Amino acid sequence: MKLSECPIRQGGKIVRVEAVGRIGQRLLEMGFIEGADVRVVRVAPLGDPIEVEIQHYHLSLRKSEASLVEIRP
Amino acid sequence: MLRVRRVAVIGNPNVGKTTLFNALTGLSQQVGNYPGVTVEKKTGLLSDDVELIDLPGTYSLAAHSPDQKVVVNLLDGRQEGERRPDLLLAIIDAANLHRNLYVVTQILELGIPTLVALNMVDAAEKSGVKVDVAGFSKALGVPVFVTVANKSEGIDELKRALLNPSVPAPRPAWSWPEPLAREIAQVAKTFEVDGFFASRALIDEEGSAEAELIERRGDVARTALKEARDRIKAGGQTPAGLEARMRYAWIEQAIAPHVSRGPAGTNFTQKLDGILIHRLWGTIVFAALMAVIFMSIFQWAAPLMDGIDMAFSWLGDLVRSLFVGSAAEGGMLESLLVDGVIAGTGSVLIFLPQIMILFLFIAVLEDCGYMARAAFLMDRLLRFCGLSGHSFIPLMSSFTCAIPGVMATRTIADPRDRLITILVAPLMSCSARIPVYAMLTAAFVPAVTLAGFLPLQGLVFASMYFVGILVAVPVAWILKKRIARGSPSTFVMELPSYKWPGTRTVLMRVWLAIREFVVRAGTIILAISIVIWALSYFPHSSQVHAKYEAQRQAAKTPEDLQAIDQAESGEHLRNSIFGRVGRIVEPAVRPLGWDWRIGMAVLASFPAREVIVSTLRITYDLGEEGEDETLTQKLQASTWPDGRPVFTLAVALSIMVFFALCLQCGATVAVIRRETRSWKWAAFAFLYMTALAYLGALATHQIGSWV
Repeated sequence: MKLSECPIRQGGKIVRVEAVGRIGQRLLEMGFIEGADVRVVRVAPLGDPIEVEIQHYHLSLRKSEASLVEIRP
Repeated sequence: MLRVRRVAVIGNPNVGKTTLFNALTGLSQQVGNYPGVTVEKKTGLLSDDVELIDLPGTYSLAAHSPDQKVVVNLLDGRQEGERRPDLLLAIIDAANLHRNLYVVTQILELGIPTLVALNMVDAAEKSGVKVDVAGFSKALGVPVFVTVANKSEGIDELKRALLNPSVPAPRPAWSWPEPLAREIAQVAKTFEVDGFFASRALIDEEGSAEAELIERRGDVARTALKEARDRIKAGGQTPAGLEARMRYAWIEQAIAPHVSRGPAGTNFTQKLDGILIHRLWGTIVFAALMAVIFMSIFQWAAPLMDGIDMAFSWLGDLVRSLFVGSAAEGGMLESLLVDGVIAGTGSVLIFLPQIMILFLFIAVLEDCGYMARAAFLMDRLLRFCGLSGHSFIPLMSSFTCAIPGVMATRTIADPRDRLITILVAPLMSCSARIPVYAMLTAAFVPAVTLAGFLPLQGLVFASMYFVGILVAVPVAWILKKRIARGSPSTFVMELPSYKWPGTRTVLMRVWLAIREFVVRAGTIILAISIVIWALSYFPHSSQVHAKYEAQRQAAKTPEDLQAIDQAESGEHLRNSIFGRVGRIVEPAVRPLGWDWRIGMAVLASFPAREVIVSTLRITYDLGEEGEDETLTQKLQASTWPDGRPVFTLAVALSIMVFFALCLQCGATVAVIRRETRSWKWAAFAFLYMTALAYLGALATHQIGSWV
């Protein structure tokens, strides 16, 4: 399932990251690598962006960016 | 000859790097710039022969913009005019080791002696993270110092190590995986570049290194890189994926034995975020906070600004009194000193209260970690204009004054977004426009209520604010399309743990902002003030003066004398260069419904919009200061040669719309120049807004008088 579709308070292990250009590379650098655990913490009041927990820290990203990450719950 | 040792300080954002840098360099900090980019060059002295250079916070050495490229080039010794650093100081956050070490593994490959400062250990310990420093240091292969920068712990030891020259070059215990290693070596050999540059050119698709290689070697390079990447991708991996995996895998296995994580427990940051970015409560707290900031500026800045105004008036009177009785009394030198230099300096310093208060708020919010939350909450809204949540606070600040608003855009990482925010910020109606709106609304908008309770005057006043916002949205969109260079910006943003803002860090930031404003922008504003003075003074006819002197001899009362003074000022202004230009451009402003007096007053207010009120007063022989009612009466009575009144509702509205959209503030132009490092953008901002203002005023008057 895509990270952008993951319900809040849930998560999983990353199986794939679309390393498309700059955004994909940025995600990889920030720790979105295969096998890492990621969890959706909350969604912003206006529906976007979302807050996730990864590599022991918290990060916000837009749903369009989160859709590049494929996870297995 | 002793060579100054250069130490480059590097690390992720939000690790307390600024606090540590301040602790090491204190007030010896200097801010300069690298040619061609907007990132600041921040240096400071640890001692007479050790210079520290603070690099912008970064998560990785993959460069995709000129700003990022400067950092990487500097480390690699390829930045023009900058010597390669002799020593690197990497600052990492003890609570966030994995991500922090990513860029550290990259810099360790550069072969420069490196020290690591493990910062914020106190916060880490509170969240259950304990690091075995000795083991960690051995695994990393470099000396590690424990610090708590905001409590000045561990600083002395770090200083000693920085002053001591014997730190060995690091030897990375990891290496590029195949097939990446092979392709990097191939690129390095084919194009005769070093391994580091080759790796960045290959891995960072559409990045700065690739662009540079293509620029130097043309399509051969483009093809070679593409083919190399395709070969790697054929194996099911991307170069960037291979790099990330290699680094994180090494980091995990190297530090896992030396880091213990206690139970997660109740995390303060998470609890606070439960409220502060809650769907409902978060929005309420945010709106309340913005309202508080706004009100505070109006409350606290206003009396301070009045105080500065009074101080400079007093100074002006003092200087005038020195001329009394001398041959130079009432002459050009006196006017230059009082109306040019002193008034000009005053017009610079009068911005300080607003800048100080706003920067104080911004520095506190940033240091405690709330700024990221503000961007998080506002991002969706700002995407309507093509910007991101990071632009919210600079734009909102501009409603009080665009100067601190433009300076606050430094928090926007993406250079295009920052530029667009800077160019659009002056459209947010600032507090200097209020006297204009207030006077014209009171004088020319009927004092009626709509639907029985909505005051029309209040509505018109408020709608002027919306004019700016409504115009800003399409302008930002268009600018984004036109300056679209390159890949779209990302909003991947860390939400750092909340922490108590450090007093010293905050005050230092405010101080540096003020110092820069006064020194850099201040000199430009002063120069503009003197030019304006000259344009309203010359040619100063002595015959006109003599005529009024004669009247003064015949005067009987102090009121008569005052009236004569006012009439004389009026005539001088009308004869000045400004006055003449006002008459010349009258045909151009007539479609806006303006006569030459309005045209002249608007021209005179280009350096500082609030000047229009006093300029109109002088033009109508009312002297510089006085009651609003007298000016209102004069305006209402003002007519064209054929007897039609000049000031209709449509004309008043067209003037207000002009002021809403025009960049009539030399100080803002100066600050835009400073922040964009080019006169080109400052000039562009001035010109596009003047054009918009003209068209807006034109449309308003034409439609208004037709309705």
